[in-house]
Amino acid sequence: MKHNGTAVAAHHAQAALHYVIVGNGAAGVTAAETIRAHDARSRMTIVTAEPSLMYSRPGLAYVITGEIPPRQVIARRAEWYEQLRLDVVHSAAEALDVSARRIYLANGSFLTYDKLLIATGARATPPPYPDASLKGVVYLDTLTGTKQLIQQARRGRRAVVVGGGITALEMVEGLIHQKVETHYFLRGKQLWNRVFNDTESALLDEQMQAHGVHIHYQTEAQEILPSRWGRKVRAARLPDGSEFRCDIFGVAIGVKPLLDLVQDTPVQLDRGILVNEFMETSVPDVFAAGDCAQAYDPWTRQHTLDILWPSAVAEGRVAGLSMVGARQPMQKGTPFNVCKLFGLHVTIIGQINPRSSANDEPEVVQHLSRGSSETWFSRAAHHTSAWSSAGSNTLRLVMDEERLVGALLIGEQTLADPLRTLIQAQADISAIRPALLAGGDELRTELLRFWHAYQKQVEQ
Amino acid sequence: MSLFSRLFTKETEKEAITIVHLGRVQADGGRCVQCGVCGYNCPVGIDVRSYARQGLSVDDPACITCGQCIQVCPRGTLRWERMVIDEA
Ligand SMILES: Cc1cc2nc3c(=O)[nH]c(=O)nc-3n(C[C@H](O)[C@H](O)[C@H](O)COP(=O)(O)OP(=O)(O)OC[C@H]3O[C@@H](n4cnc5c(N)ncnc54)[C@H](O)[C@@H]3O)c2cc1C
Ligand code: SF4
Ligand code: SF4
Repeated sequence: MKHNGTAVAAHHAQAALHYVIVGNGAAGVTAAETIRAHDARSRMTIVTAEPSLMYSRPGLAYVITGEIPPRQVIARRAEWYEQLRLDVVHSAAEALDVSARRIYLANGSFLTYDKLLIATGARATPPPYPDASLKGVVYLDTLTGTKQLIQQARRGRRAVVVGGGITALEMVEGLIHQKVETHYFLRGKQLWNRVFNDTESALLDEQMQAHGVHIHYQTEAQEILPSRWGRKVRAARLPDGSEFRCDIFGVAIGVKPLLDLVQDTPVQLDRGILVNEFMETSVPDVFAAGDCAQAYDPWTRQHTLDILWPSAVAEGRVAGLSMVGARQPMQKGTPFNVCKLFGLHVTIIGQINPRSSANDEPEVVQHLSRGSSETWFSRAAHHTSAWSSAGSNTLRLVMDEERLVGALLIGEQTLADPLRTLIQAQADISAIRPALLAGGDELRTELLRFWHAYQKQVEQ
Repeated sequence: MSLFSRLFTKETEKEAITIVHLGRVQADGGRCVQCGVCGYNCPVGIDVRSYARQGLSVDDPACITCGQCIQVCPRGTLRWERMVIDEA
């Protein structure tokens, strides 16, 4: 695996380089594709700690709900890597030496790079109490972990799930599909309390109960207890000392950027790897992108973490461009996510005016939950909410005096794309602000009318 | 006619436009998370995901325009390409 650094082409302006990418996820493969589009000759190696080729991490949720078999999440075949002339090394990168420009791998070899991208993603955080090593403690995190989860679910009878975000909800839905009696423990009084208001939470609660989920509000686990012989989950201990029997303990309490490789190197870190809008780290020729990167965000004017697929793709592209010397700054769009929870479509756009963090699930305070952006939770001063709800459809708008800054839609999705465009474009909505604030049906009609007029105006 | 799933939708009353979907599936690349639910449900085995990734229309002669992929996509990535053939 040793790179011969003497291979320099004399007759090309650009020398043949060795691009090394650590991380075979959305950010890593997008960077590789971008590099190859600009540099046909150089050598490219992608390193992954996982046995499979690149797969869709969000797709894991549809594996446990039985919508697709595990192999279907593989999003790039071997031919794709061959065509791109991208070498794949299945071994964990363990150490980085920036002065020697080397990455040391678990298989004993090392790679010498000219340009290095770190796209190691984020991993699920284990619970802050014992004993997470027991058989039956499961995560919805990697393809291997998801297969284990399904195996456990086939044998298991009763599951406890902890965690406040999308992944926890997806795990609950998956376990129900696997016919496991599922108990969802929440510290607070409502679902996904960082994001949902009371009505939104109640709507989803109703849907979940209809699917047979047992929701336990204001309930916390304090310990995972083992079976008498062996290393299996037997119960969860509650604060009053009582035991809640279960054989599966699902953990989705948040994620943390994977930074082991860059710890104790000159690469500057905060909660993630700090990068500028070109995805450049503090060390020359070392770049970072995706879930592990903490990039400058013009919306919040801070370096923020996004645990979002589209952000990983966009950052991978910008990193690739910087690595080939075709630098273009990142244009971080309005963070956006759409998911399907118990049959309900939920779309979140921009800043959504979170409630105070006093009631947060303990975990989410420390670690961002999957499929979220810190931008959602940044609270600007003068934001007002407008609200419309009918049956299982809700629409919440967040705005300042002149523009919309965020929106959350459950159910009916007609307004999702228009809202995304209006928020991104910072369209002046002051003329319809009173109508929006009036809420109800008028809000929807007015917004749709405004959207049609806006489109016409843009076309002209 | 039966192969081309023709759907007629009305926009707002003001601009009553008849839209006919002539059977090309279009993708909003920014919504796609590459999960592969679309292709898994495609009766003729088209790799819809690779079109979706690039934000392209499904341009495959094998497509029978059944709309399965649109229906099952959990992210709302896919829709019929809009073709205005008649303005009322
Ligand atoms: C269940 C679930 C649901 C999700 N839902 C959504 C959603 O609704 N919307 C959304 O936008 N996002 C969602 N996400 C998040 C989304 O999947 C991530 O934001 C995205 O995958 C990030 O891509 P990445 O390339 O940065 O990292 P990853 O996809 O995590 O890839 C990291 C890569 O690095 C490799 N790696 C790590 N460390 C090392 C090492 N030391 N040596 C070698 N290789 C290493 C890994 O093997 C992997 O190949 C979800 C994730 C999960 C798990
Ligand atoms: S189902 Fe939707 S999100 Fe999933 S790969 Fe297909 S188009 Fe993309
Ligand atoms: S419309 Fe039907 S045939 Fe065409 S790509 Fe989608 S699922 Fe396949």
